[in-house]
Amino acid sequence: MSAATQPATLAHPPVPVLRITPPTRWWVVPFAELWDFRELIYFFVWRDVKIRYKQTAIGAAWAVLQPLMMMLVFSLFFGRLGGLGSDGLPLFIFYYSALLPWMYFAAALQNSTNTMVENQRLITKVYFPRLALPLSSVLSGLVDFGVSFLMFVVLMIYYHIRPTAALLWFPAFLLLAILLALGAGLWLSAMNAIYRDVRYVLPFLVQFWLFASPVVYPSSRVPEKWRWLYGLNPMAGVIEGFRWSLTGRGTPPSRLLLISSAMVVVVLLSGVAYFQKMETTMADVA
Amino acid sequence: MTESVIHVEGLGKLYRVGERERYFALRDVITRAFTAPFRRSGPRKPKDFLWALRDVSLDVKQGEVVGLIGRNGAGKTTLLKLLARITRPTTGFAEIHGRVGSLLEVGTGFHPELTGRENIYLSGAILGMRKREIEQKKDAIVAFAEVERFLDTPLKHYSTGMQMRLAFAVAAHLEPEILLVDEVLAVGDIEFQKKCLGKMQDISKSGRTIVFVSHQMGQIRRLCQRVLWVDGGQIREEGPTGKVIAAYEEASMRTAQGAAGANVAGVFLGWELASGGNILQDGLREATFSFLVNVKEPIRRGHFGLHIYNDATALVASWGFDDLAFEPGVQHIEITVPCLPLRPGSYSILSSLFNGGNNLTGGHMLEAWNAVPFLAVDTLLLGHKQDAWVGVTNIPANLKVTARKEATRA
Repeated sequence: MSAATQPATLAHPPVPVLRITPPTRWWVVPFAELWDFRELIYFFVWRDVKIRYKQTAIGAAWAVLQPLMMMLVFSLFFGRLGGLGSDGLPLFIFYYSALLPWMYFAAALQNSTNTMVENQRLITKVYFPRLALPLSSVLSGLVDFGVSFLMFVVLMIYYHIRPTAALLWFPAFLLLAILLALGAGLWLSAMNAIYRDVRYVLPFLVQFWLFASPVVYPSSRVPEKWRWLYGLNPMAGVIEGFRWSLTGRGTPPSRLLLISSAMVVVVLLSGVAYFQKMETTMADVA
Repeated sequence: MTESVIHVEGLGKLYRVGERERYFALRDVITRAFTAPFRRSGPRKPKDFLWALRDVSLDVKQGEVVGLIGRNGAGKTTLLKLLARITRPTTGFAEIHGRVGSLLEVGTGFHPELTGRENIYLSGAILGMRKREIEQKKDAIVAFAEVERFLDTPLKHYSTGMQMRLAFAVAAHLEPEILLVDEVLAVGDIEFQKKCLGKMQDISKSGRTIVFVSHQMGQIRRLCQRVLWVDGGQIREEGPTGKVIAAYEEASMRTAQGAAGANVAGVFLGWELASGGNILQDGLREATFSFLVNVKEPIRRGHFGLHIYNDATALVASWGFDDLAFEPGVQHIEITVPCLPLRPGSYSILSSLFNGGNNLTGGHMLEAWNAVPFLAVDTLLLGHKQDAWVGVTNIPANLKVTARKEATRA
């Protein structure tokens, strides 16, 4: 005869036992806890998106206008006047396909840098795994990403560019972009929570990073022997990957991509470790 | 045997103060890094550290309502934050059995741009409710907060009162096994406080455990069976509500009024209640004050004054006795009152002894003594049940309703 277990209902959930101790293993990622709090993460994302769209006059249109305007400016100055090249792709496609991950990345960085400070009151009053905040910043950017992606589809149709089998790799590159945004976001949000001037450094950092990445020029312009160094910029691999998987043309995956991907992993793991280590002090300095 | 739902051992929280302030900016960190080899660093100075909580151990059983009292900065909120996992301890550990809901603030998570409805979801999720749960309780929450008409207006258009009602409504429908409440009930108008208190009483009746921090002794008396007095990061006293509150109030009044210590050289040597100690347990029965005096001169036409002041320094009871006569030496002076129906609280006693008349008839004062210890009245509340309507006196009353007979026709 099998033992019957009483199903946990809303009225009688299983009683959790919790042990509160001084912080010890900061290198362990609390996956189970984050899964437990998934609804809260959903609500954070929902809140961020709702607020963002309520506050702007043109709402969702901004998610399309920004990359479009950048694309136009880049095409004129870097493409036409600068002649930096576009790997054989139409200028608009060349820039927009890079702006897609770039705008997402820059916005995610901006949001996660501020999130711990903005939610200061929350952190000091209620418990939830702090990782949920930068995580939800990174996820909420996907909504804007989705909207600007639609514009990209329109452009592809206009230029009669058919996606190739390379498109199957697209989800992998999207995931890479998300992981990188998360890793960098964790670093920045932890640093900003403790050293409050980080958010003033951020615009310069993002600017510098933009030009260090193959957004306005193809990575094929970088001399062969320096390309491995160039690959240390994790965004390099992400952007080239986006271009290649979406259009089937551009620079196919190579050693550069391998190095970049490895860097993404490094940034992510170190970001998680740093964030967890700083987490214990964050509530105290808030 | 009921198990402990909260078990704390040796809990401590250390804060680093001072030096840390100097490198709050990244540029300072970088500067420090570069000048590090040139700096002579000594050992950390002791004043840089602050033990907000030190070696605290306690147990809370299921269904108990425990009050935490103490001065500001004593460590009550730190203890609550540790139990709520908002900050981690430096030493010791705590074991918690059950889901914890923390009410450290009203309106946690509210965003002014979102509507009332949206904020209910957001706040509920932040406090720990599942989406399903929020949906089930949404109507009850709206009814409790009385904001049906404004559900779809952004919160920034709500009045403060409405915001607080909504915030508390969400928090009140949280159903954790353990509830941690931090002076939340202190904000708001009387109506709001009444509602909060009522809800807390309901929660405690349903068998949940509550740890409650407050400065309002009236609320603590109403809700808590056990009280812990936190002082300087440690538990100074713990026990039944009346006893601990009496000790706390006495200490507070003493620092406020700067009362003297032992009065060895003076006339008055001490006092106590005839029933023993300084705690009055029943205000409706006879009570006797027993003073010990040591007079150096014979007392003729002496006057003894006994005055009782409440914590607002209002004179609540006073007696004067004239034409006393007794010999020098150590004497017992006993004053009996048929009843002393004062509201629960701490009272200071002023006793005075004159010789050769009282203050108006030319007598000279031997001593006016601010008696220590204070009188602690720890009785049941016999008057109005509501805190706002508790009077200075504490007397029961009976109410009877009879129908008026119609005048019969002769």
